[in-house]
Amino acid sequence: MTNSIPEIEGMEVIFIIGSNTKESHPVVANRMIKAHRRGAKIIVADPRRVPMVKFSEVFLKMRPGTDIALLNGMAHIIVKEGLLNGEFVREKTEGFDQWKKSVEEFTPERVEGITGVPKEDIVRAARLYGLSRKAGIFYTMGITQHTCGTDNVRAIANLVMLTGNIGRESTGVNPLRGQNNVQGSSDAACMPNVYPGYQKIDMPGIREKFEEAWGTALPPKPGLTATEMMDAAAEGRIRAMYIMGENPIITDPNMHHTIKALGSLDFLVVQDIFMIDTAELADVVLPAACSFEKDGTFANTERKVQRVRKAVEPPGEARDDMSILLEISKRLGYDMGHDTPEKVFQEYGRLWPAMAGITYRRLDGGGIQWPCPSGTHPGTRFLYKEGFPKGKAPFSSVAYCPPAEVTDEEYPFVLTTGRNLFQYHSGSMTRTVKSIEKHAGEPYVEINPLDAGRLGVRTGEMIKVASRRGEIEIRARLTKRVSEGTVFIPMHYREAAANVITNDALDPVVKIPEFKVCAVKIEAVR
Amino acid sequence: MVRINIDGKELQVPAQSTILEAAKNNDIFIPTLCHHPKLTPFGGCRLCLVEVKGFLKPVTACTTTVGEGMEVVTSSPEIEELRRLVLELILSDHPNDCMVCEKTGSCALQELAYMYGVREAEYAGERRNYETRDGNPFIERDLEKCILCGRCVKACDEIQGVEAIDFGYRGFRAKICTSYEEDLDCEFCGQCVAVCPTGALTGKLWKLKGRPGTTKEIDTVCPYCGIGCNITAHVKKNEIVRITSAEDTWNEGWLCVKGRFGYQFVSSPDRLVRPLIRTAPKSGMPSLGRKGIKWGEVFREASWEEALDLIASRIREIKETHGADALAGLSSARCTNEENYVFQKFMRAAVGTNNVDHCARL
Ligand code: SF4
Ligand code: SF4
Ligand code: SF4
Repeated sequence: MTNSIPEIEGMEVIFIIGSNTKESHPVVANRMIKAHRRGAKIIVADPRRVPMVKFSEVFLKMRPGTDIALLNGMAHIIVKEGLLNGEFVREKTEGFDQWKKSVEEFTPERVEGITGVPKEDIVRAARLYGLSRKAGIFYTMGITQHTCGTDNVRAIANLVMLTGNIGRESTGVNPLRGQNNVQGSSDAACMPNVYPGYQKIDMPGIREKFEEAWGTALPPKPGLTATEMMDAAAEGRIRAMYIMGENPIITDPNMHHTIKALGSLDFLVVQDIFMIDTAELADVVLPAACSFEKDGTFANTERKVQRVRKAVEPPGEARDDMSILLEISKRLGYDMGHDTPEKVFQEYGRLWPAMAGITYRRLDGGGIQWPCPSGTHPGTRFLYKEGFPKGKAPFSSVAYCPPAEVTDEEYPFVLTTGRNLFQYHSGSMTRTVKSIEKHAGEPYVEINPLDAGRLGVRTGEMIKVASRRGEIEIRARLTKRVSEGTVFIPMHYREAAANVITNDALDPVVKIPEFKVCAVKIEAVR
Repeated sequence: MVRINIDGKELQVPAQSTILEAAKNNDIFIPTLCHHPKLTPFGGCRLCLVEVKGFLKPVTACTTTVGEGMEVVTSSPEIEELRRLVLELILSDHPNDCMVCEKTGSCALQELAYMYGVREAEYAGERRNYETRDGNPFIERDLEKCILCGRCVKACDEIQGVEAIDFGYRGFRAKICTSYEEDLDCEFCGQCVAVCPTGALTGKLWKLKGRPGTTKEIDTVCPYCGIGCNITAHVKKNEIVRITSAEDTWNEGWLCVKGRFGYQFVSSPDRLVRPLIRTAPKSGMPSLGRKGIKWGEVFREASWEEALDLIASRIREIKETHGADALAGLSSARCTNEENYVFQKFMRAAVGTNNVDHCARL
């Protein structure tokens, strides 16, 4: 997030696109509702009638995978009606004239045709966002989990630059992170192309800096992303994997492919708190401690580093992940040179200036948002106050391209996936909580009553949902939340795992799979 | 800023503040029951009555805004008598249940009764009796303990935007109409539970697990989504018995159902407790929830020494035969920054490959 969460209260316009905020990030929704009570106008764009729609001024119920058309369409109107922030465009951006031509074709009529959203609503949304100089955009996987995910994000950035809605309090772009420490694991560089703090492996001088700090030679070539690893494993290029606290069988698209990939490894280590699905394929399973059983820090979605404190002892012989890794490292002949979380954190700060000013001592007084370059720096509540790091930010033209898989006669429905309020991710944690299981323990597919009527399906009946990759049987839940022609399955349930069906086509740049759109067929199970 | 005088103290306070806020910020005590700093005030319980010079009748401090030169008296024999009366009335229709109530020790009503020495009901008369209907697995209701302060109604409406609860009926029959078990709208965030000053709303999971004050409290961060709400774990005998969130956290004490009620996974009997080494050949398919698989026939328990030695030697072998890039590691967004840092350093420096990633994309 470029803003921090409490700043939401001060926003004039809140534009939520591809985020079911009230169920996936409920406490952020609390702030939005507060802002709404103070008069903020909310725009929601989503294929489903998600709960935040209740508070919205405009609801753009779009077809899945048509975000670019919608965003370009809004930009088109903002340009045409002269609502843009000329001063910002002149001083802080470049490439405007070139880009402007690229949105010319996105007339409200054409965008209505692609997205299914009435053009009047698109115009209203564009005017609301375009006229405000204190607006925030919020998005999550609904934007990124597409083959055109990178372009979706660029289209958002264009809209932001066009109106100058960034770099000020209560004004910015705010991707909401799904898991407690996604931000932190990216910051700490569990990524194939960077060292901690997003320092690129192949930038001159960077590898040398880390080689010196870590006292050993480091591999020069960037590695594979998670989804590429699975392909490489299936092809025999990867022979062994170490999986710590992840359950790719449930969370990766195209489950059968993931199972085949992991099954063909010579050696698989899974380190987790439960016997998760992925562990069933392991050669060695190690019992880990959960976050209530160890000390450390998390970084939340607003870049805030906060202290995690040990509350209980781990069960049996379970150990915290860090001490396990230190032990194996030693056996491989490499001594990491630190033994407590605090010392690790100090080393981290020495190697990444944005983290340098944060210490465990300071965190006892509350979380601190990076960048925080010195011990007296208060942390950074919102980004880009002093402009963009690389000077002027470029507009980039984005063309609309339909999803990798579109509906046809055989597969006439669009399946989209996501979370619900009660369960979490692969369910390995929440599904062991009895109260939650009792209340929300059964998988279901949301289907529009009209579609269900045509198929002769009533609520609670089993239906078969099949794509080109696999099929599952699952209970129907009739609801107008989804439009005709669209169905939704929450990702949490292994016994009817949505990812048996989903498409593993990737965004070419960041390699995120297209979880949010694939073509399926549906029939009643009699 | 305006100048006011409370109990003889000259104070400078922000112009928009209420008498209650002004007093609170200056450590002057005014009793309240229905007031909650994050919710709109409505002056319902009438405990915060104060005298203001020039006003004929006492006013409620929570709803009266300060004015330049205002002179306030927070305590006088008349006012204290009024407050005692209010408390006696409430207690006359309140079960004498403190011995076994989950709220004992953290109950606002109990605290005030103690302060004012109100012991028995002066007005012992008819009491409300409610049938306990119960279907939901999260929230325990004991409406006989409800003092109709309205905090839960406001939290649900103003904070959660749900309006799952409201006052029903009027007068003596008045009750809070929570229909948790049928109401599909309830999100089980537990904001209502968090703001309830009495034992009327509590968590089902907490029952008989240990009251506040008898537990060890540890401040930490929610283990679920990326919002990172601050929570307090209440621990008794190495078990988390309750999760709360303090009002002065950045999330203002608000949580969602997962953060507030989703902690039992920690003490689940299904937790892994010893390293396991495979003994059976791989069948290729995980069970995906199918029951009846005997893990003992697939894996055997091993000591840490053995498991770690095995991992190290297999990593070394594969690296020697196929090169370091034949190895890959996936880290977790549920692990700490430090563990993630160590994981990538392990893959890069100890194993020798940049094949390391996590699930940000998934
Ligand atoms: S749990 Fe939340 S949604 Fe349900 S009644 Fe209480 S405040 Fe309202
Ligand atoms: S249930 Fe609790 S919060 Fe709600 S009105 Fe009754 S006493 Fe107040
Ligand atoms: S309490 Fe809910 S909103 Fe807050 S961090 Fe936990 S899961 Fe996210």
